[in-house]
Amino acid sequence: MKLSTNFVKDYVDIDVDVKTLAEDMTKVGNEYDEAGKLIKATKLVIGEVKECEMHPDSDHLHVCKVDVGDKILNIVCGAPNVRKGLKVIVALDGAELPGGIIKKGIIRGQESNGMICSIAELGLENKFLEEKDKTGIHELPLDAPVGEDPINYMKMDDEVIDFDLTANRGDLLSILGMAYEISAIYDKKVKDIDLSYDENNENINKEFKVEVNTENCTMFLAKKVKNIKIEGSPDFIRNRLIASGIRPINNVVDISNYVMLETGQPLHFYDADTLNGKIEVRMANDNEKLTTLDGIERVLKTSDIVISDGNKAIGLAGVMGGLETEITENTKNVIIESAIFNPVKIRMTSKDILRSEASIRFEKGLDPNRTYMAIERACNLLQKYANAEVVGNIAKYDEEKLENREIEISFENINKILGMEIDKKDILDVYRRLGFSYNLKDDEIIVVSVPRRRGDITIKEDLIEEVGRIYGVDNIVGKLPNIPPKAGNYDKVTRGIRNKMVDLGLNETLSYILVNENEAKMFTKDDKEIAMLLDPMSEDRNTLRNSIIPSLLKIFEYNRARNVEDVSLFEIGKAFYKKNEEYGENTYISALMTGNYYLGIENKKKVNFYIIKGIVEELLDYLGYSGRYSFVVKEDKMPDELHPGQSALISVNNDVVGIIGRVHPRVLKDDVYVFEINLDKLLAKKVGKMKYKEISKYPSVKKDLALVVDKEKEAQEISLVIKKFAGSLLSDIEVFDVYEGKGIPEGKKSIAYSLTFEKSDRTLTDEEINIAMEKIIQGAEKKIGAMLRK
Amino acid sequence: MEEKIENIKKLAIAEIENSSNEKELNDAKIKYLGKKGELTACLRGMGSLTPEERPVIGNLVNIVKNKLEEMIEKKEEEYRKLELDRKLREETIDITLPSTKIKRGSKHPLNRIIEEVEDLFVSMGYDVVTGPELETDEYCFERLNLPKGHPARDMQDSFYITSEYLLRTQTSAVQARAMMENEEKSPIRIICPGKTYRRDDDATHSHQFSQVEGLVIDKDISLADLKGTLEVFVRKMLGDNLQLRFRPSYFPFTEPSYEVDVSCFKCEGKGCSLCKQTGWIEVLGSGIVHPNVLKMNGYDPEKYSGFAFGTGLDRLAMFKYGITDIRLLYKNDVRFLKQFDRCDR
Repeated sequence: MKLSTNFVKDYVDIDVDVKTLAEDMTKVGNEYDEAGKLIKATKLVIGEVKECEMHPDSDHLHVCKVDVGDKILNIVCGAPNVRKGLKVIVALDGAELPGGIIKKGIIRGQESNGMICSIAELGLENKFLEEKDKTGIHELPLDAPVGEDPINYMKMDDEVIDFDLTANRGDLLSILGMAYEISAIYDKKVKDIDLSYDENNENINKEFKVEVNTENCTMFLAKKVKNIKIEGSPDFIRNRLIASGIRPINNVVDISNYVMLETGQPLHFYDADTLNGKIEVRMANDNEKLTTLDGIERVLKTSDIVISDGNKAIGLAGVMGGLETEITENTKNVIIESAIFNPVKIRMTSKDILRSEASIRFEKGLDPNRTYMAIERACNLLQKYANAEVVGNIAKYDEEKLENREIEISFENINKILGMEIDKKDILDVYRRLGFSYNLKDDEIIVVSVPRRRGDITIKEDLIEEVGRIYGVDNIVGKLPNIPPKAGNYDKVTRGIRNKMVDLGLNETLSYILVNENEAKMFTKDDKEIAMLLDPMSEDRNTLRNSIIPSLLKIFEYNRARNVEDVSLFEIGKAFYKKNEEYGENTYISALMTGNYYLGIENKKKVNFYIIKGIVEELLDYLGYSGRYSFVVKEDKMPDELHPGQSALISVNNDVVGIIGRVHPRVLKDDVYVFEINLDKLLAKKVGKMKYKEISKYPSVKKDLALVVDKEKEAQEISLVIKKFAGSLLSDIEVFDVYEGKGIPEGKKSIAYSLTFEKSDRTLTDEEINIAMEKIIQGAEKKIGAMLRK
Repeated sequence: MEEKIENIKKLAIAEIENSSNEKELNDAKIKYLGKKGELTACLRGMGSLTPEERPVIGNLVNIVKNKLEEMIEKKEEEYRKLELDRKLREETIDITLPSTKIKRGSKHPLNRIIEEVEDLFVSMGYDVVTGPELETDEYCFERLNLPKGHPARDMQDSFYITSEYLLRTQTSAVQARAMMENEEKSPIRIICPGKTYRRDDDATHSHQFSQVEGLVIDKDISLADLKGTLEVFVRKMLGDNLQLRFRPSYFPFTEPSYEVDVSCFKCEGKGCSLCKQTGWIEVLGSGIVHPNVLKMNGYDPEKYSGFAFGTGLDRLAMFKYGITDIRLLYKNDVRFLKQFDRCDR
């Protein structure tokens, strides 16, 4: 809302500058984006072109002698309309214009001591410019006083505050509302609005009918004016519209906008001769068509409220009028509409079709008293400035309540919520300044009568806020709540995981969950259904990710493009799914590793499958799943984006919780490894408390065992066989070498284990260990055809 | 005999003194004090002495022996020291050569901020709770006093995926969940950090961002409690001695509502580019929980009151680490991420 301070001064006396006013309004909750002069240009003066010759070295420039009052200036001007005798706006040497600072100089050999300005050069927005303003200098009336300030002369010496209002304060979308707010701040009186006009002795109800056939219109007033004279608006109306951001058109249309600005009540003017003596308000028919003022044919829905002439739609209620009944240069007679429509319906329609100055006001809710006020004000102005003859009486439909809202509140309640001790008289003074009347029910209870213009105040808490706003809360002394102490809780496991991953050398990322459709389908096998946004900002981010890995791949590519080659990343975050029209989300941990990995104090090593597997194992061990997980190859369950020969499912308690592997070369040429674990699924698997396990006092015995097996045999299976046959003496088993080639038959490999034997209550004998080793060798031979490597 | 011993002593001392390394010293030790050494031989030869002479000679031998041992030990010590010095010299390395890198990862700056906020509020007895990011309209809006068609919904342009499901626009959604899930309708003291989403993308807005929400519901909770709590929060995160300013505002789920400005921590209120010369920076939205919100989620507004606040964590991270473009937080340039690997002191 752009507030013209000249406009609001009609209704309240303000004796502070525009910045102070803006700051004081901010203190009571009304923020602003900008506050300052409407025309920011400086050092302007009215001049008269005394002489105007063609520039000797140019085919379009003129050399002018301009009288600016105290002197005559030589100015070079390029405008086609410059000529002797014109009164013009001159920017003097040093003038600051929106386009830059004017300096005297030489233009093609001719001295130029300023600039003759167009309206555009003063910084007025393009939409306010007439065609002539865009091509030439501004021509002032011939009686304009030379040497004076042209901005004052044109009555454009306005100051404007561009407010960024909160959604609840629909009342401030009017000059009157602003006047009430300002009057509360400075404790001033709001002046009366002039609603006087003369009516003829005709009766509108004899020739015109209003019919409302929907509950979505609670008030509809119509008045008729005759024999209007359409012309340009007086300067003050034009300038105030411009200051408020509305383009002036002609006196009649401008008055409808002027009254809307003044009262907050949007009006609509119909050319009375295009109506059939009737207006009907109803809901639109499905697919009903209407050409609006802007010439666009709109296809309507049954949720749109329309104005009809009894046969067809002629206006989109509260949003925009129809082309057929609009005010034209030839309009003589006008029907004025002042109405209240259902805010939610207007909001929905305007969201689909168009946000207009009118719809913005309708959707915030209106004061029905203003609905009457506005139509009378329109008659007043039309009579004054468009020569209108006002037809007697009013056609109306009115289901609104005009009375104030009464709300009870106690002094104690106010102070308790604000945490202050404000005097009773100071509290009552706030309501008085706001223009709310009140009664004291007893010593403690105030009954406040809230005028309808303040539709935002409906409960006692709203009245507490008003005290906070107007009295101020700067003096509140902060304290901590007087509540019993207790221990706070947070998710220690997730934080532990994050710390663990950082310890393991990975950098944590934070990526967008919105990806494109293709990315959303990657790295999942079953969850190919995707959740898409109804109204995305771009194609590239229109889908919720099903996996974090595609996000990590993008981050990898971003870094690779910047020559960062060693990349080890992880992210803990959400990924989403859609299943049979049900939507949901899970928390995942995902990681991506490529390039070199730094193994503690040892040397760096190229990342391979086993390194990232080590990360996963360390993480699972950390979370207490030691001995309960395995890596399972099931080709039909693996996502297509993983290398089929270097990938696996991560399984805990024989239940798949994640995937691990090298990214398929089809997806990425680089050697990149990833894993992803569904943390919700994993952490649901209970683990016991961390407990000390007694360390054997007796020495353990290490034995090496190299077995020759089929090349395809998996180490995990061999280990299981060894464990099974070793029995309880075996305390640890580790692979320390895998070898193929010379000395090993074709199609076979040698795999070497280091076995640790131990018993907690005594020292093992050689004989016991030999028996165990023999059992392992025999068992392995029988179960998996393993031979002892000699 | 006495003369002989004196002679041995002289010779031995000379040999010990003249030895130039550990081996020569050891040779001298064996030559005089060993089992077959010359001084040892004197003791053995005492059998030929008279009983009167024996103690005198024995005593003399012992004195000389002790003297020599003492000298040898001193000399040995010297040699050991020399040897150690030599060895240390030999082992000297170029300590300016680069170290063997021990690389640790790093936490994302936003998560560092979240952890810091969590730790602070946990220490004041708050529980950290989370809620879904894919939220229902009911929890994100309706239960927060924002019915469908409410004009304030414009404040937050949302990403819907169906008419009912959307990406949450505010962590306030967790407020309603916490109240609904509390079956006894007992007091609540929570913060809810998390990701939020709005249709907005530029240098200061990201369509995905993070917020933390705080909610306290108990008896007699007032604006003064809110102010005191936020003072602790802001001063811990941004600097001691910062002042707060409550500016009336509007949020559908609080009444009264306040935007909270903090005195500029860069210029200490004098006015600079960060605070746009105003001396104040807007950091939080807050207020007293709206009675409709309490009612809708099962709390009796006559019995309980509460305060709620929310703030953008991205901005907090940007302030704290001097990051000027929010998009840096989401680009995940490894060179950026790696910077956040030290302890914050």
